Amino acid sequence: MFETNRRRLLAGAAALGATSFVGLPARAAIGEKKDKVKAAFVYVGPVGDYGYSFAHDQGRKFLEEKLGDKVETSFVENVAEGPDAERVIRQLAQGGNDIVFTTSFGFMNPTLKVAKQFPDVAFDHATGYKTAGNMGAYNSRFYQGRAVLGTIAGMMSKAGQGGYIASFPIPEVVMGINAFTLAARAKNPDFVTKVVWVNSWYDPAKEADAAKALLSQGVDVISQHTDSPAPLQAAEEAGVIAFGQAWDMSSFAPKAHMTAIVDHWGPYYVDEVEKMLAGEWKPRDIWWGMEEDILEMAPFNDAMPEDVKKAAQEMVDRTKAGAYDVFTGPIKNQAGEEKVADGEKIPDADLLKMDWYVEGVQS
Amino acid sequence: MSLDLLVAILMTIAGAATPLLIAGLGELVVEKSGVLNLGVEGMMLIGAVTGFAVATSTGLPVLGALAAMGAAALAAAIFAVLVLTLMANQVATGLALTIFGTGVSALIGAPFVGITTPTLGPIFPDFLTSSPLLRLVFGHSPLVYLGLLLTLAVWWFLNRARAGLILRAVGESDSAAHAIGYPVLKVRYLAVLFGGAMAGLAGSYYSLVLTPMWAERLTAGRGWIAIALVVFASWRPGRMLAGAYLFGLVMTMELQAKAAGFNMVAPEVLAALPYIATIAVLAIISAARRGGTAAPACLGKPFRAAA
Repeated sequence: MFETNRRRLLAGAAALGATSFVGLPARAAIGEKKDKVKAAFVYVGPVGDYGYSFAHDQGRKFLEEKLGDKVETSFVENVAEGPDAERVIRQLAQGGNDIVFTTSFGFMNPTLKVAKQFPDVAFDHATGYKTAGNMGAYNSRFYQGRAVLGTIAGMMSKAGQGGYIASFPIPEVVMGINAFTLAARAKNPDFVTKVVWVNSWYDPAKEADAAKALLSQGVDVISQHTDSPAPLQAAEEAGVIAFGQAWDMSSFAPKAHMTAIVDHWGPYYVDEVEKMLAGEWKPRDIWWGMEEDILEMAPFNDAMPEDVKKAAQEMVDRTKAGAYDVFTGPIKNQAGEEKVADGEKIPDADLLKMDWYVEGVQS
Repeated sequence: MSLDLLVAILMTIAGAATPLLIAGLGELVVEKSGVLNLGVEGMMLIGAVTGFAVATSTGLPVLGALAAMGAAALAAAIFAVLVLTLMANQVATGLALTIFGTGVSALIGAPFVGITTPTLGPIFPDFLTSSPLLRLVFGHSPLVYLGLLLTLAVWWFLNRARAGLILRAVGESDSAAHAIGYPVLKVRYLAVLFGGAMAGLAGSYYSLVLTPMWAERLTAGRGWIAIALVVFASWRPGRMLAGAYLFGLVMTMELQAKAAGFNMVAPEVLAALPYIATIAVLAIISAARRGGTAAPACLGKPFRAAA
């Protein structure tokens, strides 16, 4: 493994750019068997965020552990979504990597663009919806975990109001807010979710201030779709309950931390690289969840009442067995109109484009 | 609006404003001496990680804050040697200091990710914070009070103290100050070290008060806002205080409005408000001065003593 950062990449950019015209580094085509695979990862935040990017990096380490010297990995952290990402991804493709994992929604279009220019390199993009002949998509059904959090929130909130610190209004985040709210309202029909957008994946100070703003509005549950543990700490200080994001964050808030959605990307990364080694890699569009073990709940807090623990565990078990889907009708939108009929399920394609809120979301 | 809510909002504003104020006052003194240090963000990160490391290791957050000041001043000293003695370009060196600070803080902080620390919380006894109004006066972290005292101290220093007047002379006309025998480089060294210490203290506010943890890029660009505030304040400590609290107000109200379900305005517009406010004030100040600037005349220029 070698660690790299954007600046060093920039420094080497000119040199790499020159070699790309002379001839690309030797690399076996995607469909050929390989003795060793070079895999690169692009993260939106720092690996030290102890959240989303950290979880992907744990997946990368899992991959190295499982496949040993058959794989060589590298990563670039703190890559801004947008044009900057395109340059970073291109450098990695030029740098002789066999497969590049781009791990944030905003990397989708840059990845697609670079994938077209490098047909011999495989690309996998997380949480998006576009694919190509050499670009697959992978995603985790985070909403399954959000529904478990919603169940806990609905049962434990005395105020009947939950705060939700959200990053950007993309389908992924909207889906999470809806799953949380639907599950909470299944337990408490009057439950309201108050959403604050911080327009950032990672800004601890702003996330903490957003949590304080929500707390002063009377919520007694904090949930977050941003990557730092700051909201949890604010909840701990205020004596209310909260949930970790992407990884077990209980060390930051031993009292407030009820559970967390833990992203466990490792098995998927191993699967992809093994296919690559065997020369059988093909772009897939997978959306795994608890059933495939890439999504888990962190251990429940001891302070959680028994009946809540039972309800939460039951939901996990039923989800794993494929017997439960939070997006099953009847579901009403914010205006109270029925969007999904009784017993009907929202198809995956619609979920991935979700741009409306369910009843009970205040945004 | 209940009193509890109002007090909670006001306290959040003070919390958001304090690190900007402290780092901004430091940079203000630096710029008044004629040096432009764009490394505030980097020094804040070095302060944040050092403060956290020392506080968790010793259990003494006060010691952490002091160490944060020392470590960031050390980083500032590197900057000072480069731009004052070796006369490197100040803008480039300042940017390099930010990059350096980001990297070195991540390196130092690696073993401290995922743990929490004793905080520099409220210092007054509980009975003084029992009611909302008392809480508004006595319920803050000591750094909030320190920020206010520092504003007064910096104002006094720059306007009333002999040493402060010398510092301003050095910033306005280094060659004249040199001609009448003032040690230009020594003054600038001290100013840069002070600016570093303040940036470090501001950084430790994040890791010891607001979000008691260490994570890479913890300050998330606040150092740049502090630098912008110096211009916003037209190099005056009183206006720096007003600017920092105004920024804190706008940042807090943006979140409060969303939490209260106020959705007449798109969230993106609310998020842009602090920056729109900065541009508006800059334009107003500039218009009032008929296009002139309040910047120290020697800002950013290297000084070489004439033989």
